[in-house]
Amino acid sequence: MSAPNKSYDPVEVEALKPEEIERMRDEALAAFAAAGDLDALAHAKTAHAGGTSPLALANREIGALPPQAKAEAGKRVGQARGAVNKAYAQRLAQLEAERDERVLVEEAVDVTLPYDRVPAGARHPLTTLMDRVADIFVGMGYEVAEGPEVEAEWFNFDALNFTPDHPARQMQDTFFVRGAQADRSTAGDESGVVLRTHTSPVQARALLERREPPVYIVCPGRVYRTDELDATHTPVFHQVELLAVDKGLTMADLKGTIDHMVKELFGEDTTTRLRPHFFPFTEPSAEMDMQCYVCRGASVGNPDRPCRTCSSEGWIELGGCGMVNPKVLTACGVDPEVYSGFAFGFGIERMLMFRHNVEDMRDMVEGDVRFTRPFGMEI
Amino acid sequence: MRVPLSWLREYVDLPAGTTGRDVAAKLIDAGLEVETVEQLGAGLKGPLVVGQVLTIEELEGFKKPIRFCTVDVGRANGTGEPQEIVCGARNFSVGDKVVVVLPGAVLPGDFAIAARKTYGKTSHGMICSGEELGMGDDGTHGIIVLPPEHEAGTDAIELLQLVDEVLHIDVTPDRGYCMSMRGIARETATAFGLPLRDPALLDVPAPNSYGYPVKVEDPAGCDRFTARTVTGLDPEARSPIWLTRRLQKAGMRPISLAVDITNYVMLELGQPLHAYDRSRIDGPIGVRRAEQGEKFTTLDGVKRTLDAEDLVITDNGGPIGIAGVMGGANTEIADSVTDPETGVVTGTTEVVIEAAHFDAVSVSRTARRLKLSSEASKRFERGVDPQAAAAAAQRTVDLLVLLAGGTAEAGVTELTAPVAPRTVAMRADHPDRVAGMDYGRETVVRRLQEIGCDVYGQDELVVTVPSWRPDLAEPNDLAEEVIRLEGYGTLPSTLPQVPSGRGLTPRQQLHRRVGRALAGAGYVEALSYPFLGEAVLDQLQLPADDPARRVVELVNPLSDEEPALRTTLLPGLLGALRRNDSRGSHDLALFETGSVFRAGDGPGVAVRLPVDRRPTDEEIATLDAALPAQPRHAAVVLAGAREQAGWWGKGRPATWADAVEAARTLAREAGAELVVRQGQYGPWHPGRCAELVVTLDGAEQVVGHAGELHPRVVKALGLPTRTCAMELDLDRLGQAGGAAVEAPRISGFPVATQDVALVVDASVPAAEVETALREGAGDLLESLRLFDVFTGEQIGEGKKSLAYALRFRAADRTLTAEESTAARDAAVALATERTGAVLRGA
Repeated sequence: MSAPNKSYDPVEVEALKPEEIERMRDEALAAFAAAGDLDALAHAKTAHAGGTSPLALANREIGALPPQAKAEAGKRVGQARGAVNKAYAQRLAQLEAERDERVLVEEAVDVTLPYDRVPAGARHPLTTLMDRVADIFVGMGYEVAEGPEVEAEWFNFDALNFTPDHPARQMQDTFFVRGAQADRSTAGDESGVVLRTHTSPVQARALLERREPPVYIVCPGRVYRTDELDATHTPVFHQVELLAVDKGLTMADLKGTIDHMVKELFGEDTTTRLRPHFFPFTEPSAEMDMQCYVCRGASVGNPDRPCRTCSSEGWIELGGCGMVNPKVLTACGVDPEVYSGFAFGFGIERMLMFRHNVEDMRDMVEGDVRFTRPFGMEI
Repeated sequence: MRVPLSWLREYVDLPAGTTGRDVAAKLIDAGLEVETVEQLGAGLKGPLVVGQVLTIEELEGFKKPIRFCTVDVGRANGTGEPQEIVCGARNFSVGDKVVVVLPGAVLPGDFAIAARKTYGKTSHGMICSGEELGMGDDGTHGIIVLPPEHEAGTDAIELLQLVDEVLHIDVTPDRGYCMSMRGIARETATAFGLPLRDPALLDVPAPNSYGYPVKVEDPAGCDRFTARTVTGLDPEARSPIWLTRRLQKAGMRPISLAVDITNYVMLELGQPLHAYDRSRIDGPIGVRRAEQGEKFTTLDGVKRTLDAEDLVITDNGGPIGIAGVMGGANTEIADSVTDPETGVVTGTTEVVIEAAHFDAVSVSRTARRLKLSSEASKRFERGVDPQAAAAAAQRTVDLLVLLAGGTAEAGVTELTAPVAPRTVAMRADHPDRVAGMDYGRETVVRRLQEIGCDVYGQDELVVTVPSWRPDLAEPNDLAEEVIRLEGYGTLPSTLPQVPSGRGLTPRQQLHRRVGRALAGAGYVEALSYPFLGEAVLDQLQLPADDPARRVVELVNPLSDEEPALRTTLLPGLLGALRRNDSRGSHDLALFETGSVFRAGDGPGVAVRLPVDRRPTDEEIATLDAALPAQPRHAAVVLAGAREQAGWWGKGRPATWADAVEAARTLAREAGAELVVRQGQYGPWHPGRCAELVVTLDGAEQVVGHAGELHPRVVKALGLPTRTCAMELDLDRLGQAGGAAVEAPRISGFPVATQDVALVVDASVPAAEVETALREGAGDLLESLRLFDVFTGEQIGEGKKSLAYALRFRAADRTLTAEESTAARDAAVALATERTGAVLRGA
């Protein structure tokens, strides 16, 4: 803005003629409209709205006008400059929006590209299945109990009512541990220490540790038998054992507990059955079967619909169970006149095989990442 | 135990139309493990008839001898004319009765018979062997030659009882009585609610003093010995078809009439029997323990060395049998032999029958020691009904008289140790309380009576258990009988009220967290076998006195190469790594958690505690002291790329740092403060091995190692180059952790950042520099981070530059530049003092 022109020129100023002002305004508007990008617009702004632009110069001339002409000329120039600034702002916003749009398009990527920089890991399905089963019972109030894998024969056999001559104690099933002092040339099987053949010794340990029922425990763990590895056998495998000892427990409670587990693992409408059997540490004893969760029994006597999961038997053998033999309670210091209990145990490998259609036991043993990875973190 | 349905029907009047599967279903419900129901003669179709060989013409010029026969088959071929048949077997003569299958018939295995040209003749049918008819092994491998009394043209399907069903039952150790037709029949009768015809209910003459002399020296091992004598046996007498067929269906091979009869009675009544050739026994029969090292040849021809625990049957000359296991070759029934010159048949004509009862444990130990499991020992081990001995002897005598033309001698020897009937006291509602349902006294008593018990009393029952059920000794045994006969299927399904539990223990939680954290970091879990041999400990370069050398050994390992239990997870896990690598997976990160076993200092012998009371705490402690230490370890192994190459850029190989980071991951999960130190330990690269240290009870403890494996170990184990590994004791790590975290105070004042580069000797561990910086910087230090390690000419040989970013902040004010610089200078000063660090550029 220039200072008032004291020595004003009485002559009419060419630049302030109305048609000149209009021309300057129109040229500015045209230049803004013609600016194709922000740089061109910036140039146009300098040329038509900057300090040396014709309109700015015209504005300076207003002071030279005679007082009577000043008001009108000032109004005319002011309106023109307002229109120019507005047009500039509009064009600027428009061009900026166009630029932003273009940049986002340019920055687009292929989001379907794979990203396996560090491939996912996984827990072993035997581990996660054991956890899953344990959690069912932990949710009911059971506690997870553990015991040593190298175990005293007393816990593995005697306390469980396996008499010294029971066939299961013999060499064909049990890994015997050599006593530290034993001469390697002798049989050396008198150490009284074995690799536990089942998770059942944890029953005895839990009863002894907890001293007084109620005892409600679930015991997942690793066990050993002297089988050679093949498609359906492994010398090292896993079991889950359950033991409940309390006042007034019955076989009906045993059945209900098995039912509950099977429904949790295989669906609400899965039924179970018990068949009489013999185990030294339970009396009465039973084998527990669950209805085949794949064919629901529809494959039985129906050659058109064979079922691989249950071999068209309709039932899948789960494991053994029964009421805790009072002799076991006695050996563990629990009065069988006051307390009763039930127990069951089953193999995790077998369950994994039929629950997830594993065809070969060796796949679970060899640690091949191609087998384990798909199972992820939980089962 | 194999149970032919036709035989079973002799004792139980099963409804017509009852199938083997029907019986199997009922027996399964009653607790017998019926494995299969074999369908004998399935698909078999006649005509199959008795024929008499009329002529035999030997055909010449073929590779093997071939006979062209004419056989009289009666009216079975419609014409009555002799049937022309070509036959390759030679064990028959003109006049013999044979089994002939005629065209139009179908033999088992869908084998359709038609007239066909063979060896230049047309054979109108076939003369059959036992195998072709699915009869089982008869020991001859030739065609069947029938006893002469059967008429030509008789239907042989009926005669040979070729169509039948056989239940294969796996008898559990508590049900010895089911090792007999009598026992299975009892279960069947109960299951169908039908009466039983007990084959042991025979008239038996009273014992007297003129039977064969027997002296039992060991009544504990033999509480009953019955001896009967039959003379005048016809050595030519052969087992009739019904007898051989029943034996075959039951899975036994017919041998000779006398032996077949003893086997038959054993199958029928469950009582093992032995027949001695009386002419070969020298003096009275005795029962005693063997002398240690005494030699004896059993009738299978094997010479055996006896133990002082073995019970033997003797005569004046020494052992003639191993009690309850197997008889001797020296008194074996002789096979009939026909003298080719005179045609006179000689063989055993007099037998002494033994029906004795031996101690189950004694028989089982002997059978096991001699690795000689016989039909007799299997029964004695499971328990034989002692009351059935006399009946079994009588039944054998009867059959010898009937089938071999013998004469029973009047002498009856019967030695019995006095045995009181066994009783069990049980509350009448005990089965109800076990089952959790109401059967009521009446049902309980009825079911117990059905299994052969005598029951007295009202609320308190006194139950006399039958002699064939040694397994019934406790109230729960009786409860099981009631519940199984009522049906396990009728049990209700209820849930007990479980008191609230403690949830998972910290150790159990840590185990799971560790698995999840490692899997989350890209590791795949492997569960390897815990067996190893000394060789792998050598390959891992473990020093001779390393605690991991203190292995627990197995008496009977699966492999002699791996006789011990693992003391480290590495061999198994590295094995899995190698296996994956060889199968084409090269970028590997595996982990395992599991027990390792370290032999203790003690003798490692666990005593056998009593079972009739709770062991004392001292006794339990003694047992536990005999067990090896079994801590839970965690380990990882890595090979190949830890980060893969891809569109994002280059990959990154797995290094020692990944292995150490795995340890840090575990420490974080355990909430334990882990100190990583430069270390050196067997399997690891001496320059790339971290020692993992925690503070436990105020003392520093090494809990494991991590880093790159030693190149020699990599080579010895055939691993991919630069394989890395970490192993630590998870239990001790867990014990070092678990302290509650104290929340930090978060200041809102601005941060002041100071970077320093320190030059130290290359051998100075960064961890020491860092510790000094932290201590020197004081309370104003908020965080410190090593952001660069640099070596090069500018630094000087044998030196390295460590660049740290230090962030300072005060809780209550904005720090001045002077304050943060002073704190930085103090940090550097301490680092200089401790590690000789020089501020770079200073």
